Amino acid sequence: MTTATSYMLEVKDIHATIGESEDLTQILKGINLSVKAGEVHAIMGPNGSGKSTLSKVIAGHPDFKVSKGEVLFNGENILELEADERSRKGIFLGFQYPVEIPGVNNAEFLRMAYNQRRKAEGKEEADPLDFEEILDSKMKALDMDSRYKERSINEGFSGGEKKRNEILQMAILDPALAILDETDSGLDVDALKVVAGGINRLRGPGKAIVLITHYQRLLDYVQPDVVHVLSGGRIVKTGGKDLALEVEKQGYDWLVK
Amino acid sequence: MENAANKNPIPAPADATFAPTAPVPGAPAGAVAPGLAGEEYKYGFTTQVEMETFGKGLSEDVIRAISRKKNEPPFLLDFRLKAYKKWLTMQEPNWAHVKYPAINYQDIVYFAEPKKRPTLTGLDEVDPEILKTFEKLGIPLDEQKRLSNVAVDAVFDSVSVATTHKKKLMESGVIFCSISEAVHEYPELIEEYLGSVVPVADNFYAALNSAVFTDGSFVYIPPGTKCPMELSTYFRINTEESGQFERTLIICAEGSYVSYLEGCTAPKFDTNQLHAAVVELVTLDNAEIKYSTVQNWYSGDPQTGKGGIYNFVTKRGKCLGKKSKISWTQVETGSAITWKYPSCILVGDESVGEFYSVALTAGHMQADTGSKMIHLGKNTKSSIISKGIASDFSSNAYRGLVRIAKNATGARNYSQCDSMLVGHNSSAHTFPYIETGNAGSQVEHEASTSKISEDQLFYFQSRGIPREEAISMIVNGFCKDVFNQLPMEFAVEAQKLLSLKLENSVG
Repeated sequence: MTTATSYMLEVKDIHATIGESEDLTQILKGINLSVKAGEVHAIMGPNGSGKSTLSKVIAGHPDFKVSKGEVLFNGENILELEADERSRKGIFLGFQYPVEIPGVNNAEFLRMAYNQRRKAEGKEEADPLDFEEILDSKMKALDMDSRYKERSINEGFSGGEKKRNEILQMAILDPALAILDETDSGLDVDALKVVAGGINRLRGPGKAIVLITHYQRLLDYVQPDVVHVLSGGRIVKTGGKDLALEVEKQGYDWLVK
Repeated sequence: MENAANKNPIPAPADATFAPTAPVPGAPAGAVAPGLAGEEYKYGFTTQVEMETFGKGLSEDVIRAISRKKNEPPFLLDFRLKAYKKWLTMQEPNWAHVKYPAINYQDIVYFAEPKKRPTLTGLDEVDPEILKTFEKLGIPLDEQKRLSNVAVDAVFDSVSVATTHKKKLMESGVIFCSISEAVHEYPELIEEYLGSVVPVADNFYAALNSAVFTDGSFVYIPPGTKCPMELSTYFRINTEESGQFERTLIICAEGSYVSYLEGCTAPKFDTNQLHAAVVELVTLDNAEIKYSTVQNWYSGDPQTGKGGIYNFVTKRGKCLGKKSKISWTQVETGSAITWKYPSCILVGDESVGEFYSVALTAGHMQADTGSKMIHLGKNTKSSIISKGIASDFSSNAYRGLVRIAKNATGARNYSQCDSMLVGHNSSAHTFPYIETGNAGSQVEHEASTSKISEDQLFYFQSRGIPREEAISMIVNGFCKDVFNQLPMEFAVEAQKLLSLKLENSVG
């Protein structure tokens, strides 16, 4: 359970690589990050700074190897756990580029994910009719067309539709910790507002949110408590929401030097 | 068996059954997900039954003995002997994309039957061990225990041991019985139609089957009749050294309809068993046959490739009548080697042929399967939807022929062949042959190769869905177009079977 400091997420001196032996690239070079329940953290940074890698390391993508450090979730080291186990403990990753899965029905997929979670919590699984009610209400809140239910996962979705689908999945899984990787990219203003609304609905005392973003635009709608700037695989600056505005004005160069 | 992954030379076909057009190689393997080899075969048990078998080997005497044993009319013995003589002059086909050691045809038992013979009156005479076997396989033969809407013919090694619901079917004039029984009860139908779709010398295995076939199912649907229930045959190989050579003949008279299902399992043996069946379908004017197969023969040891069934089968339907239709749906998940091409000869004008296939290969399995659509009549239509999934060290080939005859004006074909690769060592191949004899016809062919990517699996996992279930969901999604064609109960069964095969697949 949580320690006296009650951090939900603690990333401690994480070093991570991708690739095999001669082709090995070090991407994360000692990241420290502590997030309490109730907080919203934003992670900004230039392209290639390691933002997406950090999110995938926390979520457990097998392509990335952690060479040093640990990741604690509610005080438990989760690095040995499979990605699906981490998810069932309450970690959610919203993808920058959600993958298309032809032939697998979106609604069935959502119900399966939902029921995996219910099972892990020792609750009864939802039958298709019960689940449909839950799904319909969540979709309504995100202004989503019911055709989404019939379609294959992300197949033929526009960029904006994919992002909305990510937020829908988050709303259904109701995770303790949501890491959203550039969920704002490729959205027009209206879609951005809808997505931001979805994120704000998740916000609450028992929840933590980590927003990875390139621009501060999203932060106009979802106010962060803490802002970090990531560069070259390290966090180079941490501050309040003013930091995001400063980055917006001046770019990253002054921080990176 | 040799693992021929990724670098298989594409053999040129040299057999009349497939025209020697340039083959199109399939894409090489390279997916990241580990294989499917862990699956346990739950039908691998053997049953202790007192059997009467002939000695090993094949000769004219053996054929005469089979015919005598079954008290056959002379025309059938002639049919057998003609086939045997042809067979002696024929070569085993070598154009399929499969490898196996030479089969010694003198080392096979050609007749094996349980000593307790069934009678026409009921199940009392059937060896209780056999009844238990079918019960264990989920096919209870006791009519009280059966679903009321499916009639079953159960074939155990060489003979049909029981056929359910015969009485009820008879009320609507439907004949459903073992082919041995049909030879005695309806000799004129047998004489007219047996070999009319697959001639005795059609190919090596069909000739062998024609010479030695021992049993199988016979169906006749009278004119204007929609068969009141699904018909099915369940094939079980039990004896280690016996081959199974069953023969199925289905005739749908004018304006009639039947849906027919076929299921197969066999025990685990270290040796290979030969299964060389022939299925013939005939539809007259406006008649329709829907033929579905779920094949789960033992596929050999997943690690070593030892044992398993050689499934060398000739299935063909003839749409003889105008506007008649034959639809094949197959889910092939078993056998060490599968060699089968359920086909349609579209003779009648406006007749329709369909082929829907899912072929899953895992371990060291090899499949060379597909379809042939031969358009002879005008405005005939055919479609081929094939989904091949190759994992572990297996090889999965689609082979298909679309031939449009000169006079078959207005003919149309649509073919779609999709392959999915799982793991680094499997391979998928596509060999489509298209021959059009006239300019007024339309042929379309689409093909794709995909693999389950690590990113797709991670996507499922990041939503709390374990890898195995993710693979199973993706594969089932890939096969959806075909499963939709199966009768409801079979579709559920097929999905479960695929999931079972995919279980323990990820280490």
